[in-house]
Amino acid sequence: MNTRSRWRLAANSTAYLVAVVAAFPIFWMVLSAFKPKGEVQSLHPRPWTTHPTLESFRQVLGVDGFGRYFLNSVVIALAVVVLSGVVVFLAAVAVTRFRFRFRTTVMVMFLIAQMIPVEALTIPLFFMFRDAGRFAPGIGLNTLASLILVQLAFSLPFGIWMMRGFVAAVPVSIEEAAQIDGASRTRILWRILLPLVAPGLAATSVFSFIAAWNDFVFAKTFIISATQNQTLPSALLVFFKPDENDWGGIMAASTLMTLPVLVFFVAVQRKLVSGLAGAVKD
Amino acid sequence: MSAPTTTAPAASAPPAGRRRGAGPAAPPRGRRRTPLLLLLPAAVILIPLVAYPIYQLGLLSVLDFGQAQASGGVPTRFVGFDNYRGILTDQQFWTVLAQTVGFAAFCVVATLVVGAALAVLLTRIGRTARLVLTTASMAAWAAPAMTGSTVWSFLFDTNLGLVNDLLVKLGLSGFHEYNWFYDKWTAFLIVGAVVVWHSYPFVMVTLYAGINAIPAEILEAASLDGANTWTTFRRVTAPMLRPILTIVVIQSVIWDFKVFTQIYVMTTGGGIAGQNLVLNVYAYQKAFASSQYGLGAAIGVIMLLILVIPTALYIRTLRRTGNEL
Repeated sequence: MNTRSRWRLAANSTAYLVAVVAAFPIFWMVLSAFKPKGEVQSLHPRPWTTHPTLESFRQVLGVDGFGRYFLNSVVIALAVVVLSGVVVFLAAVAVTRFRFRFRTTVMVMFLIAQMIPVEALTIPLFFMFRDAGRFAPGIGLNTLASLILVQLAFSLPFGIWMMRGFVAAVPVSIEEAAQIDGASRTRILWRILLPLVAPGLAATSVFSFIAAWNDFVFAKTFIISATQNQTLPSALLVFFKPDENDWGGIMAASTLMTLPVLVFFVAVQRKLVSGLAGAVKD
Repeated sequence: MSAPTTTAPAASAPPAGRRRGAGPAAPPRGRRRTPLLLLLPAAVILIPLVAYPIYQLGLLSVLDFGQAQASGGVPTRFVGFDNYRGILTDQQFWTVLAQTVGFAAFCVVATLVVGAALAVLLTRIGRTARLVLTTASMAAWAAPAMTGSTVWSFLFDTNLGLVNDLLVKLGLSGFHEYNWFYDKWTAFLIVGAVVVWHSYPFVMVTLYAGINAIPAEILEAASLDGANTWTTFRRVTAPMLRPILTIVVIQSVIWDFKVFTQIYVMTTGGGIAGQNLVLNVYAYQKAFASSQYGLGAAIGVIMLLILVIPTALYIRTLRRTGNEL
C-alpha cells in the first residue's frame, strides 16, 4: 500500500468514526424509546435490546396525550412554512428585482431582525398577546395562532435573506422575454419566477419548519392554562421529575419529535447541499 | 436554528455572478409602488411583531414593572435608568455576562474547528464515506434543540447514564454516580458539546461548498507554478474562503450568544443557584420566574446592544466583499 492510499484509508476511517459519534445520540434516543421500561432505567445500559417494545410510545401517546401535542406542532409548523413561503417570496422579489428608496435600509432592518435574541422579546410579546386576547381571544395567549404569528415573524428576516440569493440567480432575461411575449406582471411572478426558485423556497422552508418545530420558549411562555394547546417541546418538560426522570417516556417523546424533521432533512439533504454549493458558485 | 446560508454563498460571488440586476444594468422596471406592495405582507407581520416589541422592550426597561403592575392592580411608574443601575451594580449580572461571553467563545471556536476540519476531510474521502458523514451530520443538525438536550442529559445522567457506566467499566471508578451537572464547568462543557453537535454541520457544509466552488483551474495553475500544498492553501484557498469564513464566524457568535433551550433544559433553568446562567436565560428568569419584568427587559436591551456589534461587523463584511445589501 502506498502512502497515498494509506492516507485515503485514514481519512475514510476518520470520517466513519466521526459519523458514528455524531449519529450516536440519535441512535441512543431511538433505541431507548424502544426498550422496555426496566431496561431503560437500568444501572448498566446496553447498546441493544432483545425485547423491543412500543410500551413507552403507547404511554406517551395514550396516557400523556402526546398525540395532541404532536398535532399542534404539525399545525403550527405547516402554517408557518406555507405563510412564510408566500411572504418571503414576495419580499425577496421586491428587494432583488427593484431599486427603490430605502432598499438598503430595509435590508439592514431584516438583518438586524435576524440577529435579535428572540427570548428577549418574549417579555413584551407576552403582554401584547395578553392584551390582544382581551379584544380578539382567537389570537391571545393560550392559542396556536399566537405561536404561529410569532414564529412567522421570526422566520421572515432570515428567509428573505436566504431567498434573495435564489431569486437573484434567475436571469432577468427570462422575465423580460416573458414580458415581451405579453405575460402580465402577476403571471410572470407566479408562473415563471416561482417555479424557478422553488428549490430555494424548499431550502428556506426547511429552516422555517425547523425553527417553528423547535420553538420552546414561546410555547412555554404563551401556553399557560390551555394545556391542550401545548406543543411537543414544552410538553416534554412534564417528564422531568425532581426525583427520577422517566427516561423511557422522554426518549419516546423525543423520538416522536425528532423523526419528522430527520426524515424531512435527510430527504432534502442533497437539495440543501447542492443548493448551498450552487449558491456559493454563483 | 440560525443558519444564514444565503449570505455566506452570496458573499463569495465572483463578478461573473452579478445577475441580480445590480448596478447600472438594472432597468427601472415598473411603477414605484410595486416593490412596496410586494413588501407589504412582510411589513404587516414584522412591524407589529418585531419592531413594536423592541420599542415595548425599551419602554418596559425604564418602568417599575412587577407582578402588581402586570396584573393591572398598581399603575406603572417611570423609573428612568433605575433598572439598569440595579442590574449593572449587581455582581451576579457581571458573572452571568462573563459566563455568556466565555461560553459563546468556547462554542464558536469548537464549532469552527470541528466544522472546518470536517469540511477539509470531506474533500479527501470517497463517495460513500462522504455520504455517511454528511447524513450523520444532517441528523445532528436536524435534531431539535429540545431532543438534543434530553438525549445528552440521558447519556450523562448520574445513575442511569451510559457515559458514567462506560467510564467506570474503563476503570475510572470516580465516575460512579458522578453528577456532571453539579459542577459549573462540567455542566457548561456538556451543554457546549450539545451546541457544537447541533451547529458544526452548518459550518462543515457551508465551508465544503465554499472549497468546492474554488475553480479547479486556479488550483491547477498554482500547482503548475510550482506551489506546494501548504502554499496553495495559504495563498489561494484561504484568501478565497475568507469571506465565507468571516460570515460563518459572525453568525456563530450571534447564534451561540443566544443559546437558550439547551441551558434551560439541561441545567433545569440555569444550574444550581444559577451557576450556569447566560444572559438569555437570566433575562427570562428575572421576568417570568421572579416577575421582575422591568429588570428582565433591561437585560434584554443590554443583550440587544451587545449584539449590535457583531451585526455591524457583519454588515461591514458583506459590503466589503462587494455585496450589495
